Formats: sequence, structure tokens, C-alpha cells
Amino acid sequence: MSEVAVRTVALHKRFGALVAVEGLDLEIKRGEVFGLLGPNGSGKTTTIRMLCGLMVPTSGTGTVAGFDIVRESESVRGAIGYMSQRFGLYDDLTVAENLRFYSTVYGLHGRERDARLAEHSAALGLTERLGQLAGTLSGGWKQRLALACATAHRPQMLFLDEPTAGVDPAARRAFWQSIYVLASEGTTILVTTHYMDEAERCQRLAFLSRGHLIGVGTPKEITTQFNQPSIEEVFIALQAKDEGAAA
Amino acid sequence: MTLRERVRAWRFWPMLWKEFIQMRRDRLTFGMMTFLPAVQLMLFGYAIQTDVRHLPLVVLDESRSAESRALVTTMVNTRTFDLVGPVASRAEALRAIEHGEARAALVIPPDYLTKLARGETAVAQLLVDAADPQTSGSAMSSALLAAQARGLALIAARTGRAPPIEVRVRPWYNPEQRSALFIVPGVIGVLLTITMTLVTSTAIVRERERGTLEQLIVTPIGGTSLMLGKLVPFVLVGYVQMTVVMLLGRVIFGLPVRGSLPTLYLFTVAFITASLGIGLLISTVAKSQAQAMQLSFFFMLPNILLSGYIFPREAMPEPAQWIGLALPLTYFLKVLRGILLKGVGAEALWREGVILCGLATFLLAVSVRRFRKTIE
Ligand SMILES: Nc1ncnc2c1ncn2[C@@H]1O[C@H](COP(=O)(O)OP(=O)(O)OP(=O)(O)O)[C@@H](O)[C@H]1O
Ligand SMILES: [Mg+2]
Repeated sequence: MSEVAVRTVALHKRFGALVAVEGLDLEIKRGEVFGLLGPNGSGKTTTIRMLCGLMVPTSGTGTVAGFDIVRESESVRGAIGYMSQRFGLYDDLTVAENLRFYSTVYGLHGRERDARLAEHSAALGLTERLGQLAGTLSGGWKQRLALACATAHRPQMLFLDEPTAGVDPAARRAFWQSIYVLASEGTTILVTTHYMDEAERCQRLAFLSRGHLIGVGTPKEITTQFNQPSIEEVFIALQAKDEGAAA
Repeated sequence: MTLRERVRAWRFWPMLWKEFIQMRRDRLTFGMMTFLPAVQLMLFGYAIQTDVRHLPLVVLDESRSAESRALVTTMVNTRTFDLVGPVASRAEALRAIEHGEARAALVIPPDYLTKLARGETAVAQLLVDAADPQTSGSAMSSALLAAQARGLALIAARTGRAPPIEVRVRPWYNPEQRSALFIVPGVIGVLLTITMTLVTSTAIVRERERGTLEQLIVTPIGGTSLMLGKLVPFVLVGYVQMTVVMLLGRVIFGLPVRGSLPTLYLFTVAFITASLGIGLLISTVAKSQAQAMQLSFFFMLPNILLSGYIFPREAMPEPAQWIGLALPLTYFLKVLRGILLKGVGAEALWREGVILCGLATFLLAVSVRRFRKTIE
């Protein structure tokens, strides 16, 4: 199998006159925890949606898990897990029902599925809440459930769009522990975040501003390359520079 | 893969399972779907009376003879008129009509008897409140028939010969010509159309609005599985509704079931599927639940007006008839009335069945094709 989990070449997405993603060239290696950073509206969600086959790029190409994101989007769907930015599970189903629904849709059946779900919900600490309606969970637990639903089928590639937005610090730390467990099992992870402490936890980072890439590398490379003390400073400096260049 | 494994792997099953759970938990919709039929049946069954009966009639009898009284009796016997009383003058008769105490007035002039006795044509006059053309039409034709019958009886008595022609009308299928009987099968069809299009049209849009559609279509579930999983639970709802209305119709209005119920239920599946297909089509166009509902209601109007539910299609201008031909309800009404009222079977209704199946397949195919697994 190829060493590259995600590759995009000159990926563009336009909404009418608005250019949401512009000439994006990105490469994510297998098994990497890759962070996508950028201010609101910089095109993070749009990029992920194109990679997941939810939006068709205006131009450019890309592969995910070796499949073309336009021509083979159904194969892409089978190989990935996705947590949308907005909570997308069924409020009127219980935790157990959501898990059962998604794992079955992803092709797990019968005893194999039940065993996997028992193990999986135990690993994510959901066992005690199995009977609770998803709509009544608190923010942190909702995100936990969404992660569980996106990973029960052991996808090769996982897309997490702001998975820890609105989650308290302890729950965020626990969430990141789960991310590391998944990564240690070989899952490639693309995650977006506005928390710079989370960005430092990624193996590599990409900065987006107004739809285009303005920097890629490990957190260390990036801080030294841009001569800033922290990722947060880099973020602010890069954005100011990019907006200055545009003005 | 063996067939068994393939059937099990079909992503339609989890979808169906989820939809049933959600339907069970959505008490409001569930209640609406069972309560609505009862209310509608009462509303339509009682309120829509297209047959004209018991019009209040006043009589100005200036002849005051046995002959004039015989004419009044003949009129009242048609059951179109109810005698509300005699009046003393033309002015009084007109006032009764103006005030709405009477819808018609029969005026028999003083020379009525003398003209009859002399063998001349006696003239009586009927004043009708023609504000409502349907009512006045019935009143006039009833009065004319009554007068003719009376005339023929007189000739027969005078000549001692039987009247040369007599047309005996025997209304079939609905001998008392009660419009409730005609309406109730229609209520079944209209109700199914309303609920089926409304619930399905909002079904997919609702997932879009709640943000669950994005998470759902990022899975490998196919468009057909997704759509069928949404639809099948509603087929059952449709059957429950239809059964409820038929039972109520039987208890309240004495609705007969002259033909075979299994045949009716079989034809119904095609109709329900076609209605669901329309709902799905709406849901692929609408951007919000509110839009979906508006479109569904917009679609209801031609169904109520042009399908032959209340107004006979034969009386409509041609373009209206053509539109009616595109509505599944038009065919289903024929099936319902045919099986329930006339007691005919599939041999008389196969054309309607074929057309309904065709419409259902077409609508489903178009909406599945239109459905894209993207969120743009
Ligand atoms: N479906 C759409 N139609 C029109 N414009 C859109 C659509 N989706 C996104 N956009 C626009 O594209 C741009 C990029 O949006 P996107 O959601 O990708 O940003 P983001 O980086 O995820 O932002 P955030 O951090 O707020 O989530 C924005 O200007 C947004 O308004
Ligand atoms: Mg976003």
C-alpha cells in the first residue's frame, strides 16, 4: 500500500464568485496526525468535504486512501470516518442505537458487530450511557459518541472537523488520548482546530488563509521557519501577513 | 457472496430500522397520522353534501283546488322541497326568498283549475333563488319533472290511455344517491395523498436541516437504500390510515365494501408508492421543511379540484382534464369507488392499476436519480 493517505493537486472550490479553496496541494502520510489550521472561513471544512466526497471540487484532483475523490467517491466513503463540524448524529436515538446504526451502515453485522461495539464503547467510556438519548448528552459526550460512530468500522483514514469545539479542557485531553490510540493503531487522522495546544500535538500542520495554503511542516519546523516562539504567534503573524499581502 | 449475505449487507435494513425507531418516538407526527383521518372523514363526509335536498318551499295557491293541491304534493314528493308554508301574496313569497326563509316559491294562479277543465294549458310559476347555481339547478329540474309527471298523469286520466313513454331511472351503486357515499372513498384517497406527500417531502429535508444528512451521506449507504428506508415505514402508515377511514366510514356512513378488499389493498400499494414518490421529488427540490410543506400543499390543490374527488371530471374544460390525468389520485379514485361502491374487480380496473404502477416507478426513479450524495 502507498505511503500517502491523502494527496491533492491544485484543488479549487468556488461558490459563485467566492473562492473558498484555491490551488491546494496537500500530502498526508499514512499514520500521521495532521492538523489543518486557519481562521474562520479559510476553507478547512470545504477542503474536508471535498476529500470526503461531499462536495465536488470546481477543479483539481485528489486521492484519499488511494481512491480518486471524484470518480471513486463511493470507495473513499467506505475507507474513511468523518466527524462533521456540526453534531450530525440522531438526537432521538440512544447512544447504543446510533452506534448500531452507523456500524451496520458501514458493513458490520451480527455477533461480530455486537462484540466490536461492546469493546469500542468500553474503550471510549460510553458503556454507562448506552441507553441515553443522544440529544440529552452534554457537549463533550456528544463528541465522544460522534468519534465512536465514525471509527467503529476501523477506517484507514479519519477526518475530524473541529471535534473539540465547545468541549471542556479535561474532556479535550481525554479526546486527544483517544486520537492517539487510533493513530497508534495505524489510522491516518486529519483534524481541524482553533486550539493551539491541540495544534502542537499534531505531527504536521498546514495553515490555510482565505482558501490557500500558507505554510506546512512539523510544529517545530514551523516555529523555527517563521522565527516565532509558539504556533499561536505563527498563526497570528502569518494571517496578518497574508491579509496585508491581499490588501 | 451468497445471496443471504448480500441481502444482509443491504444498507436498506439499518435505514429501515432507524426510521421505525424515530417514527415511534415522534409522538406528534404519529398521533397526527392516526388522528387526522378521523377528523378529515367527519369534515368531508358531513360537510360536503353535493346532493340538493329539502329546499324550503313556500306556496302561493290562488287556485285553492284539489288539482292545485295535487301539484304541490307531487313537488314535495320529489324530496327536493320541504313545504314551509303557504303565503298570501306574491310580495310575501318574494320576501320569504329574500330573507332566506325559502329557496323557492310555487305560484299557482286563480285560473289554474278553469284552464285545466277547459283543456287549455294551465300555467304555474316557480320562483327560485338562483344565487347558488347548483341548488337552483336541482330545484328547477325537480320542479319541471314534477310538473311533467303531473301533466302526463292528467292526460292519461283524460284519454284513458297510458302515457306513451316513461323513463324509469334506477340509480345503481348508490341507490339513494347520497353524496356521503361518493365522498368517503374519495376521502381515503385524498387523505393518503396529503399525508404521504407531506411526510415524505419533509423527511429528507428534515435530516438536512438537523445536520444529520451530512453524517449520513458520508457513509457508503446508496441513494436507493436511503430513499427506500425512508419510504417503507410510510407505506405501513398509509395502510393503517386507509383501514381506519374505511372502518369509520362503515360505522358512521354505512360505507359498503362490495368488491374484494385484498384487491383494493393490492392496488393501494401502487398509489401509496406514487404519492411517496411525489413527496420524495419535492424533498429533492425543497431547501427547508417549510418550503417542502408549501410545495406539498400546492400540490394538494389540483388533487382536490381536478381528480374528480368532488367535481366530476367530465364537466371540466379539457386542459383541466389533462392535468387530472397526470394525478395518481384520479386513477385511485376510480379504483376505490369501483371496488367499494360498484363491487368490480381487477378485470375492470387493470388499466388504472397499470398506470398507477407506471407513475410510481417513474416518480421513484426520477427522485432517486435527482438525489445526490453531496451537500451542495
Ligand atoms: N455551501 C456553501 N455555499 C456558499 N458558500 C460556502 C458554502 N460553504 C462554505 N462557503 C464559504 O466558503 C468559505 C470557506 O468556508 P469553510 O466552512 O470551509 O471555512 P472553515 O475554515 O471551515 O471555517 P470555520 O473555522 O468557521 O469552520 C466561507 O467563506 C464560507 O462562507
Ligand atoms: Mg469549518
